[in-house]
Amino acid sequence: MNKPNKVMVLGSGAITIGQAGEFDFSGSQALKSLREEGIKTVLVNPNIATIQSDQKMADKIYFVPVTPYFVEKVIAKERPDGILLGFGGQTALNCGVALHDSGVLAKYNVKVLGTPIEAIKATEDRELFVKAVEAASLKTPKSFAANNVNDALIAAEKIKYPVMIRSAYALGGLGSGVCRSNGELSEMARQAFANTPQILVEEYLEHWKEIEYEVVRDAFDNCITVCNMENFDPMGIHTGESIVVAPSQTLTNHEYHNLREIAIKLIRHLGIVGECNIQYALDPDSNEYRIIEVNARLSRSSALASKATGYPLAFVAAKLALGYSLTEIKNSITQTTIACFEPALDYLVVKIPRWDLKKFRNVSRRIGSSMKSVGEVMAIGRTFEEAMQKAVRMLDIGAHGLVGNGFSYDFEEELTNPTDERLFAVVAAMKNGYTVEEIHKRTGIDEWFLYKIRNILEVEGELIAAAKKELPLQLLKKAKQNGFSDKQIAIITKKTANEIRQLRKKNTIMPVVKQIDTLAAEYPAKTNYLYLTYNGDEDDVSFGNSSKKRIIVLGSGVYRIGSSVEFDWCCVNAVFTLRQLGYEAVMVNYNPETVSTDYDVCDKLYFDEISSETVADIYEKEKPEGVIISMGGQIPNNIAVKLAELGVNILGTTPESIDKAEDRQKFSQLLDKLGIDQPQWEELTSIYEAKRFAANVGFPVLVRPSYVLSGAAMSIAFNNEDLEQYLEKASKVSEEYPVVISKFIMNSKEVEIDAVAAGGKVTLEAITEHVENAGVHSGDATMVFPPKKLYVETTRRISDIAAKIAGALNITGPFNMQFLAKENEVKVIECNLRASRSFPFVSKVSKKNFAEAATKAILGLEDGGKGKTDAADGISCVGVKSPQFSFTRLKGADPLTTVEMASTGEVACLGATTYDAFLKAIMAAGFKLPEKNILLSIGGDEAKAKFLPYAKKLSDLGFKLFATEHTELFLEKNKIPATMLHKVSEEKSPNILEYLSGSNGKKLHLVINIPTSFTKKELDDEYVIRRKAADYGIPLITNLQLARLLAEALAAVKPEELEVKAWDEYN
Amino acid sequence: MTGNNGAALKAKLVLQDGTIFNGFSFGAGKSVPGEVVFNTGMVGYPESLTDPSYKGQILVLTYPLIGNYGVPGGSRDEHGLPLNFESEKIQAEGLVVAEYSVDYSHYTAAKSLSQWLKEEGKPAIFGIDTRQLTKKLREKGVMLGKIVIGEKNVEIEDPNLRNLAAEVCTDEKKVYNSGGKRKIVLIDCGVKLNIIRSLISRGCCVTRVPWNYDFLADKELDFDGIVISNGPGDPKMCTATIRNVAAAMKEERPIFGICLGNQILALAAGGDTYKLKYGHRSQNQPCIDTQTKRCYITTQNHGYAVNMKTMPAGWEELFVNANDGTNEGLRHKTKPFMSCQAHPEATPGPVDTAHLFDDFLGMMK
Repeated sequence: MNKPNKVMVLGSGAITIGQAGEFDFSGSQALKSLREEGIKTVLVNPNIATIQSDQKMADKIYFVPVTPYFVEKVIAKERPDGILLGFGGQTALNCGVALHDSGVLAKYNVKVLGTPIEAIKATEDRELFVKAVEAASLKTPKSFAANNVNDALIAAEKIKYPVMIRSAYALGGLGSGVCRSNGELSEMARQAFANTPQILVEEYLEHWKEIEYEVVRDAFDNCITVCNMENFDPMGIHTGESIVVAPSQTLTNHEYHNLREIAIKLIRHLGIVGECNIQYALDPDSNEYRIIEVNARLSRSSALASKATGYPLAFVAAKLALGYSLTEIKNSITQTTIACFEPALDYLVVKIPRWDLKKFRNVSRRIGSSMKSVGEVMAIGRTFEEAMQKAVRMLDIGAHGLVGNGFSYDFEEELTNPTDERLFAVVAAMKNGYTVEEIHKRTGIDEWFLYKIRNILEVEGELIAAAKKELPLQLLKKAKQNGFSDKQIAIITKKTANEIRQLRKKNTIMPVVKQIDTLAAEYPAKTNYLYLTYNGDEDDVSFGNSSKKRIIVLGSGVYRIGSSVEFDWCCVNAVFTLRQLGYEAVMVNYNPETVSTDYDVCDKLYFDEISSETVADIYEKEKPEGVIISMGGQIPNNIAVKLAELGVNILGTTPESIDKAEDRQKFSQLLDKLGIDQPQWEELTSIYEAKRFAANVGFPVLVRPSYVLSGAAMSIAFNNEDLEQYLEKASKVSEEYPVVISKFIMNSKEVEIDAVAAGGKVTLEAITEHVENAGVHSGDATMVFPPKKLYVETTRRISDIAAKIAGALNITGPFNMQFLAKENEVKVIECNLRASRSFPFVSKVSKKNFAEAATKAILGLEDGGKGKTDAADGISCVGVKSPQFSFTRLKGADPLTTVEMASTGEVACLGATTYDAFLKAIMAAGFKLPEKNILLSIGGDEAKAKFLPYAKKLSDLGFKLFATEHTELFLEKNKIPATMLHKVSEEKSPNILEYLSGSNGKKLHLVINIPTSFTKKELDDEYVIRRKAADYGIPLITNLQLARLLAEALAAVKPEELEVKAWDEYN
Repeated sequence: MTGNNGAALKAKLVLQDGTIFNGFSFGAGKSVPGEVVFNTGMVGYPESLTDPSYKGQILVLTYPLIGNYGVPGGSRDEHGLPLNFESEKIQAEGLVVAEYSVDYSHYTAAKSLSQWLKEEGKPAIFGIDTRQLTKKLREKGVMLGKIVIGEKNVEIEDPNLRNLAAEVCTDEKKVYNSGGKRKIVLIDCGVKLNIIRSLISRGCCVTRVPWNYDFLADKELDFDGIVISNGPGDPKMCTATIRNVAAAMKEERPIFGICLGNQILALAAGGDTYKLKYGHRSQNQPCIDTQTKRCYITTQNHGYAVNMKTMPAGWEELFVNANDGTNEGLRHKTKPFMSCQAHPEATPGPVDTAHLFDDFLGMMK
């Protein structure tokens, strides 16, 4: 075998809808696989919060955009002899294909390892794909490629409506949808062409079963299918939006193996080397099938399949890319058998997507053929009922399971037009007397799944009947076997969760621990990949005395807006630190997209719920020294108090202190006592009180619930009308906790501190400034570290306040605080006694690992008495973190940054100056630097005046300015040339819409739209401009400070001068 | 096991070593003894249950959800063979699963698994920790045991002391696809019907004869090749088959042994067989072709294996099991004799080695 010496791995960049944490998992495995071979590795990935971009993972790491331009620069510098394209999602694949086509790879003699480019193209270009499938005598849906709207209409005539359109080279089904008329098709096609040169018009296979296989093939033509999966939601709903089970549940031997055989036949025909995914539609009433697509790369499904089976697909794929045969690779679970086999499962997994659609203004909540979910959970069980109910709880949407939630639904509408709440609508329909057959007819969901749901309802019925009596033990056991949680049983039977727990313990109704071993117990497993089940009698593992001290780390749970890969980074670093220090690290997490759920990372992995019940059950079996709850974000943080009540030893900051920081009332009193300033606020339960408070302090006010995560239902109200509207929304979010209203201070800077303390003394801290003024959620803000525009006095005050709080709450471990700063006055707005979203960012810019330091502090290995380190000391570069939005995918959503977090991911780049780092960061987040035409639409005189010098700057740089009516008048008055464009509603030319849609050669390269206030009317007026910009893929800026920084940066640095340096070249 | 099965009758699985697993009955109300074996395949319970190789055995399925797609109807093909089953009836003595899915859903389903088992008089248990049971069988080896339904007890007995092949094979000579070009004599030691279908679909006329049929003495029987089928039990019980095959090996007509047929071919050639600790029963056994190094995923169901060291000169290994190194097939270096331990006819399982039928036919020129 001729192994390469140096291999470049392309990452996937920021997390977007359709491309999430799973690529940190696959990229990390690939790097591990390469390094094991002694091969030097070069990683390109601006997603700074990933594990794969940690120092120990790769030899050279570049935080630059994964675009042909930057990757070419890295290639020229590093001269790798091989490149892996299949581990960074569609982003890496597209970039690799472009580099190949432009001759860059040939020029630098870089060999594409694994699946050859030609095979990639045959899967990506629909026409080539259909030809390949036909050549293999297999079937695809009737389909026609169209290069313009007219072609699309002609194709639809041939196929007959309804038809489905999809775009080639797209991730997560972007720009796809069902069209039922010429009108719908023209509009959808036009939008799709804004992002892609080609679309497909296809036969619409409504209600066919949707089945996937993960296929692995080596260069010697050994070919296996590692896992198959069945979608609970049939065709018509994107697989990323579907509930998925593995293995398939309703397929016969003939169907299972027929589709397997077809997969192998096609993959051999295409010549794939490594891993790929194949999707089918299967007729529920005959043998007919259609091949929907092949993804010639690691994918979300492959990550799920890896976790579902224990087969490390990415790790194996990387080895195969180097030229190994499948027979030469060991099964990493048994260590005795080989990787050339197909896992046998003796459990099933259920995956459910997590949506966050309520966070977006105006978004359509319908789910369908394009992806909108932002995360997913996977539950393991030995019955469908058990796995399903676990998964529902894992979503962390306030549901206790499938039943017992007290939700009400308009199920009639939901059954035919599904939204993110369809599962609950099915349950509601069943409760209201709908039969399995009726629901099946409406939804296409296979009866088998519906029967299983009905079983859960039947058990609920039995529990209700037993509500007033003593709970029969047999029924309690049955409920547990059907996946009911203690809390759920308690709610239904009108008892407390603790009563149920005590009853269980007294009668030894406890879960058993089972192992995932890839071979259904045929061979012993060497790894500890575990789950809990009530459908079994014996633990697979013993919990006997380990020579090492054992510590449990709670993971971050489901990814959602506000909690993503950053927390996984913290958890994995905590585990690394524990293991390095000789502890036995036990991980609990259930998110299949994470690195922390790679069983290789920790000593023991419990792939299960992060609930007080489950963690306490694990704790009682494992008997560890304690549990670390401060690394995984809000989910573990929220159960701290309950765990402590159940006798769990919480390591680090005490649950009492956590409660003091989380409870607004208690925290405010503490601030007052310490003489620390905070914006005026009040906790309120009625609209009358709220109005009184607002009248007192004056509008605008900020409305939010307590126990807040990523500003759930947080809003700014500018008047009484707003206030009423928002309060309604906020009270829906959380009934247990009242609503808090505070004075919103305009034109304030926002500053954060990330810190580690030991015994109440800060040992390490990093102060970060936001580019955007307060009013933009910290998760959506552009962050600069070390700060460049803060007064020394401001940072000194912030540091002092953090020290006071650390002392008062006796913090040991990580914490984060957010402040408003205006003319050196500093007010505290938030304090979290846990790791924060920005931990990886400040850690990597400063090269001081905050997660490691926090873990050491928790273990008592940090000395608080030694004084503190400012992470910014000695740093000569600047790091800029930019948010990544996914508005293009969220049909109808207003692409605006507000107090409600909307970004799905983030990137960070380093540079010698803020400008350099900033431009790279926004480009890494998908922002195309403007070529020529910029539309300005600035609301309000103050903002117009503030932007004037920057408009001049842009004009002087040679950009052609366009403007809406008032902005244009203002520019004209100030002698800046601009072309006025009419509002969309005016239907007069030149019109904004013409320029947005790019018709007749007119084109905008950037839209700067700054709304004056955030009142509903104001927002609605220009909504259409922002939305169309998103639909047509035109970069959009809606914040004044950000727009100014962009203008400055464009003036200061030419794009071709942006530096391309590896992380280790910065200090 | 989730207990959504109404007031099911209590049932238990008792192992030879005294271990008792308690569950509930969902099959016939009859207690039976048998050899307790596990299969890790995730699909294909109708095919597995009708596989004659399970004669005498109590089948434990490790996949926990069984019965999901019901049981298909008994329609037959043009040759009179059942379309959906591997023999005319359920062959396993009993079935043990974790969860039985009372409700089923599939367009081909004609009845529930429970109904079928009851009709065929076969007991079945659900509510068992099948993983715990499997680990026990893995560690201690396959064990004798019994399914006890209600109070009806039964004595444990060893089925391997019987000639099981004789119990499951055809009673008389049968000819399928009489117009077929190539004439194959199929020695039925408990043949899975898909072996016959696989030969017919390749244009063969198949004469199916009982395990002890002296086909060389049958002067009316004209054939181009011999297939020795799969079947239950200890291959050494099939003395007549071994004798007949040994005689046939004196000629040059191609011979193809499948599963038990692999073991019989080895015994006929003078080699030896032995009992595996817990056998291979699954759909994911990797077998490496010793010549090409290609690895195939195979479906298997056997408790005995060929001891390669005992094979006389002139024989070589065709396949080897990539997990445990056991023999997975034989080939004579100069004569047209070959065999495989796995099931090229699949059903249930992958069809990766279906080409072996072509290889066999290719030997006929």
